[in-house]
Amino acid sequence: MATLSLRNLVKAYGTTEVLHSINLDVAEGEFIVLVGPSGCGKSTTLRMVAGLEEVTSGEIEIAGRIVNNLEPKDRDIAMVFQNYAIYPHMSVRKNIGFGLRTSKMPKPDKEARIDEVAAILGMTDLLNRRPAQLSGGQRQRVAIGRAMVRDPAVFLFDEPLSNLDAQLRTQMRLEIKKLHQRVGSTIVFVTHDQVEAMTMADRIVIMKDGHIQQVGTPQDVYQTPANMFVAQFIGAPSMNMLPGTVRDGRLNIASMTDIAFPFTAVDGYDITMGIRPDDLRIGGEGTPLFEATVSVLEPLGSETLVYADIGGHEVIARASGRTPPALGDRVTLVANPEEIHFFDTNTGEALR
Amino acid sequence: MTDIRASSETLLDTRAPVKRDYTQYIRWLLLFGGGLLMIMPITYMLSTSFKWPHEVYNLNLIPEEPTLDNYIHVLEDGRFFRWFINSLIIAVITTISNVLFDSLVGYTLCKFKFRGRYIIFIAILSTLMIPTEMLVIPWYLMSQSFGWLDSYWGIMFPGLMTAFGTFLMKQFFETVPDDFIEAARIDGLNELQIWWTVAMPLVKPALSALAIFVFLGNWTAFIWPLIVTNSQELYTLPVGLTTFSVEQQVEWELIMTGAALATIPTLIVFLIFQRYIIRGVVMAGLKG
Repeated sequence: MATLSLRNLVKAYGTTEVLHSINLDVAEGEFIVLVGPSGCGKSTTLRMVAGLEEVTSGEIEIAGRIVNNLEPKDRDIAMVFQNYAIYPHMSVRKNIGFGLRTSKMPKPDKEARIDEVAAILGMTDLLNRRPAQLSGGQRQRVAIGRAMVRDPAVFLFDEPLSNLDAQLRTQMRLEIKKLHQRVGSTIVFVTHDQVEAMTMADRIVIMKDGHIQQVGTPQDVYQTPANMFVAQFIGAPSMNMLPGTVRDGRLNIASMTDIAFPFTAVDGYDITMGIRPDDLRIGGEGTPLFEATVSVLEPLGSETLVYADIGGHEVIARASGRTPPALGDRVTLVANPEEIHFFDTNTGEALR
Repeated sequence: MTDIRASSETLLDTRAPVKRDYTQYIRWLLLFGGGLLMIMPITYMLSTSFKWPHEVYNLNLIPEEPTLDNYIHVLEDGRFFRWFINSLIIAVITTISNVLFDSLVGYTLCKFKFRGRYIIFIAILSTLMIPTEMLVIPWYLMSQSFGWLDSYWGIMFPGLMTAFGTFLMKQFFETVPDDFIEAARIDGLNELQIWWTVAMPLVKPALSALAIFVFLGNWTAFIWPLIVTNSQELYTLPVGLTTFSVEQQVEWELIMTGAALATIPTLIVFLIFQRYIIRGVVMAGLKG
């Protein structure tokens, strides 16, 4: 267990800068998830922490020690790769024990450590098998075991669940979370899947184009997104965004609705209103916001996603699975004022 | 029951007759012809090795009076055994050397990014276009300068590493995901350990194919060993066999007997590694 700090971390390939002054402090034992779309720099950040990519400028500190110029093996980290990277020519025991090859630990202690890790991961019966004889989930567990066996200061996970099917991914997600609760290590986990980020992280770091957009707990980033990108990236289906203009101190959207907002803005100011589908209901309690026409229905069983048209803008709302509206119905969409988000349309920043 | 069978038979009877694919016969015929062409020299070699000298120019496949005398003669001649050992030493050492050094260079060119990497690779590849006959004179002059003439080292040095082997291994290492290498790097192995413990076992088929190519190439090498050696003790088997035709007359039955015996190690090597050689050739083709 250790702290991890990134200070003004920059990565450039030639003249192209791909990571722009990243600053991040990870507490001891914290589970932090870097999330963002492809090319946002999350994997590059992780690989720089691992020592697999050179740092262009800035500092990486692990357990109070600057590690910029240290070899990966000297950084006291372990990494789990997307493709598992377990060696097909070695048994599970040898794969798990691989991380101890260079350790000066006596052989019986090494064996005991391998057995201990295998027991934690429920792989004791599989120790003599080859990777080809294992399922995807088991292989990923071997990869985790190889990382665990060295008891590193920081665990790095590079999209480790992307190659698994949906059911297995959910299961492994839970297992990794349990594992973290059990061993309490500092973990940096990279994913492009916001559900993984939300369900596993103590804190989420949302990245885009080499910049950190927001750092916060899953609740923070969901309930108070810092900008439009975060608001739309976190949550599925993503937040409804309705651009409007201020007229007489009220927000005019789709030239049909006047909405009060809790701050002052000059006339002609462009504001985008954001509201999550979860918070937009059809009828019932709350402030009526829009009159809309139901255009598409997506029944999910317990609830139904309702796609509705508001003067040319499509929004998604949720309705009960038992009494959904019919196609073409005119409905009133309601929401609580505190569940509505406002963003500066030009900068994308949240207005509070 | 009877009714059902009857109806099913009726169904069978009404089926259109299967159209025969005659091109298949043509293909078999061509393959048979090709096979025959390839097997003829080997058959004659074996046949001649069991013939008496007076029967050598008789083209019948089955000797009229088969004899083992040629084999006894060749095996009792101490020189044959010496040449056999010479060839074996040279083929084994060059094979080990190629497997190690070609893969080391191939691995470096494939997995390390450094300035001039591509130029080095092209330079190595370009040597494939120079025929051995052109290289023989420079090799000879080098051997002379270094004092390697008429020595094992002189016979072996041009073949200790090959451009083809380097190319083959580089292409195979491309198939080894970088994650394996990086995982090992994080686990604390140095670059040489990573190459040996992680990368090499993952390219075993290529190593086997390369081993076969190099072994066969050196086992049958003729021109260079002939040029660089003077003393009969250092002759390799193919060079030594020619003495049967120089010293006395052309003793075809002895040459064929020696050649038949010389094919045994190559057959053994091939039979052991054949599944790898096929895979190796196919993969080298795909990657190349």
